[in-house]
Amino acid sequence: MVNIEIDGKKIHAREGSMVIEAADDAGINIPRFCYHKKLSIAANCRMCLVEVEKAAKPLPACATPVTDGMKIFTRSTKAVAAQKGVMEFLLINHPLDCPICDQGGECELQDVALTYGSDVSRYAESKRVLANKDFGPLIGGDMTRCIHCTRCVRFGTEIAGIGEMGTIGRGEHMEIGTFVQYSLSSELSGNIIDLCPVGALTSKPFRYVARAWELVQRDSIAPHDCVGSNIHVHVKHDRVVRVVPRENEEINETWLSDRDRFSYEGLNSAARIQAPMIKVEGEWQETDWETALHRAVDGLKQVGSDDIGALASPVSTLEELYLLQKLMREIGCGNIDHRLKQTDFSDQEAAPVFPWLGQAISDLEDNDAVLLIGADVARDQPIIGHRLRKAALGGGKISSVNPADFSCHFPQLASCVSTNMLEELVAIAKALLDKSAKTAAPEGFAALGKSVEVTDSHERIAESLRNGQSTSVLMGEAAINDAQFSAIRSIAILIAELSDSRPGYLPAGGNGAGAWQAGALPHRKAGGRPASVNGKNIAQMLASDMKAYLLLNTEPENDCADTGAARAAMEKAAFVVSLSPYSSDAVMAYADVILPVSPFTETSGSFVNAEGRRQSFEGVVPPLGESRPAWKVLRVLGNLFNCDGFDFVESSEVLAELATEVGDISRDNSRSWRCPESLGSSVEYRKPPAYAGDGIVRRAESLQAVARTRV
Amino acid sequence: MNTISNYIKSLFLIELMKGLILTGRYLFKRKITVQYPEEKTPMSPRFRGLHAQRRYANGEERCIACKLCEAVCPALAITIEMEEREDGSRRTTRYDIDLTKCIFCGFCEESCPVDAIVETRHFEYYGDVREDLYMTKEKLLAHGDKFEKQIAADRAADAKYR
Repeated sequence: MVNIEIDGKKIHAREGSMVIEAADDAGINIPRFCYHKKLSIAANCRMCLVEVEKAAKPLPACATPVTDGMKIFTRSTKAVAAQKGVMEFLLINHPLDCPICDQGGECELQDVALTYGSDVSRYAESKRVLANKDFGPLIGGDMTRCIHCTRCVRFGTEIAGIGEMGTIGRGEHMEIGTFVQYSLSSELSGNIIDLCPVGALTSKPFRYVARAWELVQRDSIAPHDCVGSNIHVHVKHDRVVRVVPRENEEINETWLSDRDRFSYEGLNSAARIQAPMIKVEGEWQETDWETALHRAVDGLKQVGSDDIGALASPVSTLEELYLLQKLMREIGCGNIDHRLKQTDFSDQEAAPVFPWLGQAISDLEDNDAVLLIGADVARDQPIIGHRLRKAALGGGKISSVNPADFSCHFPQLASCVSTNMLEELVAIAKALLDKSAKTAAPEGFAALGKSVEVTDSHERIAESLRNGQSTSVLMGEAAINDAQFSAIRSIAILIAELSDSRPGYLPAGGNGAGAWQAGALPHRKAGGRPASVNGKNIAQMLASDMKAYLLLNTEPENDCADTGAARAAMEKAAFVVSLSPYSSDAVMAYADVILPVSPFTETSGSFVNAEGRRQSFEGVVPPLGESRPAWKVLRVLGNLFNCDGFDFVESSEVLAELATEVGDISRDNSRSWRCPESLGSSVEYRKPPAYAGDGIVRRAESLQAVARTRV
Repeated sequence: MNTISNYIKSLFLIELMKGLILTGRYLFKRKITVQYPEEKTPMSPRFRGLHAQRRYANGEERCIACKLCEAVCPALAITIEMEEREDGSRRTTRYDIDLTKCIFCGFCEESCPVDAIVETRHFEYYGDVREDLYMTKEKLLAHGDKFEKQIAADRAADAKYR
């Protein structure tokens, strides 16, 4: 620590830190444009010039390291004169279009100009004008407004790992843009909207929608991936008009993935249903809640409880999933599943209480070696991808075994692409066993691995895992949904045990981990306790002609692994109740009752993210039309079925009951060895389409426009 | 002493006389009463009467939906909704001024960066029903079209003080 003095205030600053960091920690404001705490220092805007005692000229606070006894003046005549001079230069080419600029009212340049700008311009010459640039459907580029702070360029190379943006030309002719006229491909690209201090990069879906001062900012949790990014939802007139990241160093830092940022468009989709609907003699009619609920209960009562199947999407809240499984179990039905895309359930009894990351999200970046199995982190969990990228840049060795060539934005040690991931994993395990003399191969492994050839990349992966101090083996969605998941799991955990790594999962959906805790499973109740009746899993349900289905936030024809079979099963079922915010032609065709329920912005609830962190949130806007929070609907369904213990008044009571039932969850991903029967065969892998994970995302128009560009 | 002077003043009705003298002086002075509505007083170009929305000479509406007037309005009388028009420009889809709320402070006119919303000399308007005093974008533009000459002349006359 060094002692410095800023504006007469004595401060202990960390050695090696910059003046601007020390000032920020002490709450002293120094104007800046190019400096950002998460990006490298460029010192090219010169706005943060400050006077330092004994320095001949003003120095940039963002690039001046603190030294003991340093005396800094941020508001002295000399400092202010320098800052005002810089401000005047910055404003020379900046257009006076604040009234039509979306950044107006939340613009860093506007704010700083108010303090340091002159009221009259001395500049009478012509201003520089640039053509607008097309960065794709999400980001608007009014490049005339650009002040060349290069935050977006540094973000691209340092955080997103894409070199797509850059600067061309020098001085007056400097331009920011993409080298080739492509839209940005990073899943974190939306963050440059937040980074841009002016209105050069703005959100296209938010274009001319609202002014910053009209918005009310409310806190929520993003529901689309297992990260559980913290978000601010901006609301105007009870309508969600924008989503921006809420800083949480332990989870999403200051970033947010595009899917979480732009999915809000789906909340305002025209496909939202606003009143309960029932099908009467093949015709749909809107009705009131009482009629619809009674119709749903009567229809379900006519079917034997064994013939009802309940499917829930893992973007549902913990409370909803808990009440759904409680309701189904109360009426004597164990057929509940949320693992919509999973295909192999053969070792579900040995699965952990809930699949978790094996570590905190923030610990990911400290890994020395990580083996990703079937994990498209750059696309499915961009924030996890960013943490892993940090690990890779810090010298960590990341390798992957994937069924297809998943694009990756960080350097990889080795990447094995095979449609039979099991074979690759066996080879890695074999490489690990060959080198470790003391561990004997587990029973049956020798026979299994006899025909497998260990290549150089397997050796290297094994070596990186063995030599690293802190190592992880992570299974992603492509692994979990693989036809040989149980075998992959066995070998993955064997690899983790042999190399002393942490096994971990990246579950699908925003509440995949929570769905396991809540007991939305055929074989387990809340907290992982075995169910008294072993119900059917989703594959069994779809194959066995269930007579009735209860759907929660899901459209099986889009969400299930075998979409065709799912749709056929729905159409074959005599009675289908859909609890969903949306309707579609398919739902209209097979459902009999549609109960409009609220998406995550309109209900209180909780999500559990991959690291097992339970994050509760409140509704940020009132439910649309006659729609109601799903936990309330399930609660009333429970009452109508005359079940006990459904007298909840608030969702927090549901959570409290769940918490007592769940108790202390053991976070243990290990499992006892079970040798896979064979090496299996390679199955054709079809990459799921982009932005199709859940109903909200599927109806977010701008994201769908991006998806169409990525065929 | 005071008692004596008060006594003399009241005895000779001095204050009453003073008042009568003032009355008498005005009796013979030029009258300033205006026979409204036949006669009207002169009006400043800054007069703040009924609002109007202006257009450019080519017929394009001036308003760019920056919402500054809405933000500055102390009576919350202005409601604006906006969109991106087909040509990409920023325009209002709704621009309402509730005259029953308006206090005619003129802040909207002062804040407008493009001189779109103005207050005119026109103040003799009425409404049979409440809705008549709810100015919509169409009404404001129509009013602006009708008085554009006067509005432009007033802005020109006041330009050197702005």
